[in-house]
Amino acid sequence: MEKKTPSVGRIFRDGLLDQNPIFVQLLGMCSTLAISTSVINGIGMGVSVTFVLILSNLFISLLRNFIPAKIRIASYIVIIAGFVTVVDMILQAYVPSLAESLGLFIPLIVVNCIILARAESFASKHAPLPSVLDGVAMGLGFTVALVIISAIRELIGNGTLLGIRVMPDFYSPAVLVISPVGGFLVLGALIALVQWIRSRKKKHKGE
Amino acid sequence: MGSIFLLAVTAILIENFVFVKFYGICPFLGVSQKTETAVGMGLAVTFTMTIASALTWPLYYFVLQPLGLEYLETIAFILLIACLVQFIEMFLQKAIPSLYSSLGIYLPLITTNCAVLGVALLNIQKDYNFIESTVYGFAAGLGFLLAIFLLSLVRERFEFANIPKPFRGVPIALIAGGLLALAFSGLRLNF
Repeated sequence: MEKKTPSVGRIFRDGLLDQNPIFVQLLGMCSTLAISTSVINGIGMGVSVTFVLILSNLFISLLRNFIPAKIRIASYIVIIAGFVTVVDMILQAYVPSLAESLGLFIPLIVVNCIILARAESFASKHAPLPSVLDGVAMGLGFTVALVIISAIRELIGNGTLLGIRVMPDFYSPAVLVISPVGGFLVLGALIALVQWIRSRKKKHKGE
Repeated sequence: MGSIFLLAVTAILIENFVFVKFYGICPFLGVSQKTETAVGMGLAVTFTMTIASALTWPLYYFVLQPLGLEYLETIAFILLIACLVQFIEMFLQKAIPSLYSSLGIYLPLITTNCAVLGVALLNIQKDYNFIESTVYGFAAGLGFLLAIFLLSLVRERFEFANIPKPFRGVPIALIAGGLLALAFSGLRLNF
């Protein structure tokens, strides 16, 4: 089961660019579409997911030789659900406004494919330290992608960034971009852009 | 009776789980290339959501609440859903092998479909009684079925369309989903 440990640079390159959870692996779409209406929500969700990802990767990696292969998915889900409950309670206690606006999508981190995918494809096969680094890198990649999407939607749909008005007064916000419809369209366009850049890069390498 | 009917219509059309609430986007994008598989997936999810709603309600009110363990609802619900999906998988394998093989890898993934856990948590959050919870689970599942069916109809046409390369696959599906969501948002008054 044990695989060769990739270098730190490789782990971070994968998390942020080559294997970016949202733009390349296309994981965790539900929460991405639902909460990317403002940058604050994007950061809040990104940090919560990163927190769960680091801890679940660490514990799954520590327990990787003890969990029987047959019931591993169920075991992973229980470990993840435990940490998600912790995050849920922390947010409700210290940042109730954020907990309110993220709503059900905090408990739903349990079923966010990114976390289970990293548990299965990385943490269950690597030592604890690289697994934690992988959690940091993937979480960072998720957060950066969320911030990009939510910045675009908040700027166009509300004329603000982080709640501060940045667009000139005559700009009337396009509310459609903040509505669910805008979520689908903005994400679709961004993923197309990423695929275009990647195909161009490949062409350059081929020549 | 009227309020139950209203609840169901709201869950299917006005507050559609996929287009308005963004639950279950992964299978919505992943299994919508072919209408047949999409409908199979939609039916399986509807079935799971109905049963999950009917089972998580008593679990919360008869087990977790008397013991003061409400904060464990996420863990308890996801475990129950995982077991339920396992049973459905075994049942389908025996009873309808053709559907079982066409759903393939997506069947165990119903566990991690946020629509299922989402509806279970929403039932508790909205203080629905047992009947309302079950009806809401069923109707929300039908809403998912409707959404994935519509998208699969559109996506089957994509095979003959000349789509720019970067947009092929998920991006164009997202944009088609966005346009469908636009149509659905016309059903809501306070847009």
